[in-house]
Amino acid sequence: MSASDPTNGSVAQPAAEGRPGWAWRPFALALPALVLLVAVIGYPLFTIVLRSLSEPQWGLQNYAWFFGASVNLTVLQRTFAISAWVTLVCVIAAYPYAYLMTAVGPRIRLALVLCVLIPFWVSGVVRTLSWVILLQDSGVINSLLRAAGFDGIKLIRTQTGVVIGMAQVLLPFMILPLYSVMKGIDLRLMRAAQSLGARPSRAFFTVYLPLSLPGVYAGAIIVFILALGFYITPALLGGPRSTMLSTLVQTQVLSLLQWGRGGAMGVVLLVATFVLLALAAPVMRSRYREAGRR
Amino acid sequence: MEMKPLTRLLLGLVCLLVAIWLVAPTLVVVPMSFNENKSLAFPPQGFSWQWYQNFATSPEWSASFLNSLKVASVVAVLATVLGTLAAFGLDRMKAGPAGLLRMLMLTPMVVPGVVLAIGIYAVYLDTHLVGTMLGFVLAHTILALPFVLIAVSASLEVFDRRLETAAASLGAGALTAFRTVTLPLILPGILSGLLFAFATSFDEIVVSLFITNPYLKTLPVQIFSSITRDADPTVAAVGTILLFATTILIGGGMLLLGRERKGPQ
Repeated sequence: MSASDPTNGSVAQPAAEGRPGWAWRPFALALPALVLLVAVIGYPLFTIVLRSLSEPQWGLQNYAWFFGASVNLTVLQRTFAISAWVTLVCVIAAYPYAYLMTAVGPRIRLALVLCVLIPFWVSGVVRTLSWVILLQDSGVINSLLRAAGFDGIKLIRTQTGVVIGMAQVLLPFMILPLYSVMKGIDLRLMRAAQSLGARPSRAFFTVYLPLSLPGVYAGAIIVFILALGFYITPALLGGPRSTMLSTLVQTQVLSLLQWGRGGAMGVVLLVATFVLLALAAPVMRSRYREAGRR
Repeated sequence: MEMKPLTRLLLGLVCLLVAIWLVAPTLVVVPMSFNENKSLAFPPQGFSWQWYQNFATSPEWSASFLNSLKVASVVAVLATVLGTLAAFGLDRMKAGPAGLLRMLMLTPMVVPGVVLAIGIYAVYLDTHLVGTMLGFVLAHTILALPFVLIAVSASLEVFDRRLETAAASLGAGALTAFRTVTLPLILPGILSGLLFAFATSFDEIVVSLFITNPYLKTLPVQIFSSITRDADPTVAAVGTILLFATTILIGGGMLLLGRERKGPQ
């Protein structure tokens, strides 16, 4: 990090520090990480795109096959449907929870925050194992139902089971952005609305809810994107009628050795993810700008 | 905002349910791990330590545990060094390119696990990295990097650059200023990055499932195959151990951070 490095004299350029050579130095610091990124993420993804276009021969036949077979379209549709359900469940559960976090004293808030963070730090595989124990036919939920005199219900290997498990795993990603937006809402606005004669419910729907929507949007996009690519939870909790796209990719590649077809599916999943991210970007950016103004 | 008592009660009840939904599933492995029968059926029967014994003595389980420890330790160090360097670089770069590079470096977080897994698997097949320590370390490092970058960037954001200038004006070289001024101040960020990197690697499963082989498995891979293969309660014992280990680790970290914040300021 010495300023008299002989190799940088030629790119001398007055930078923030006013010393020659500082302009390229930040890039050099980031370079090792960048090289690893290109080697372990960039190149593999490039390989997958290439294989989807070239195996068994060059052309778009893998994509034609994917969008031509009704089985694939069913799974694609189901992947989006399950992700939408998970997102909806998360919004419904997270909204009151995040609101309560803003409305209570510091002690209860700490307890609520801990409840959100615990799923974060418990190993993902262990959490899914817990859901297997809870949802199986001889599991906790069915044992409780039978003890209460009801019939057991089929939860594992069903779409409902997958949604319940996935939503629990993803709920923190919904609660945290929502809380950070709600925290910034000025509650005096609500009091003003009420002092002007609005009933609490009307004040909530016309003032509070619209102000909290950016948080809902940000959380929902994150949850939806993460849900689209979920693999472990559907693999362990789901059955043949709740297969998601990622399982199909795995089957094509590992069991059928159809690298082209598996690759094409992977590219579809990747494109869907990035399109959603692009949709989310403007909202996130405007949120940052607002945060900056505050 | 004023709330009617009924609304308040309802809100509290709903949130209690959500909190239970969040936390309870993680605790269910604890009673299952003391099951006397070889099944994961609920409620567990009797009491026995046999599954903990099995974890300690079975070569399959202990080997995968040690592999995970080894990989995660190397990954934690490697990702922390690379991530911290990158965070510094981005912090000192012009806003435009820094934003672009930051986005690029966060992509491992959003690329669907399976897509990444088949890509890495394809490349590893060609380069003979499947089932090797190096293969695991490289893949896990890139997945852990974003967490280090975020943690270190966050502490750099609140770090006052004028302190470095002050050190330089008092005659400190760039390295001395970094070692004596910058590093101690952003150390909490670096340490939490280290912890996150370790946890990410220790917990990683999707890519690991693809690049594993019968001779080199990590703990999550072993857990996954145990769940799909049989209802062996050893997996519940392992889950319980992991649950307590992470709770102690996180609790200790929180205490440490709390003390630091209250400390000399």
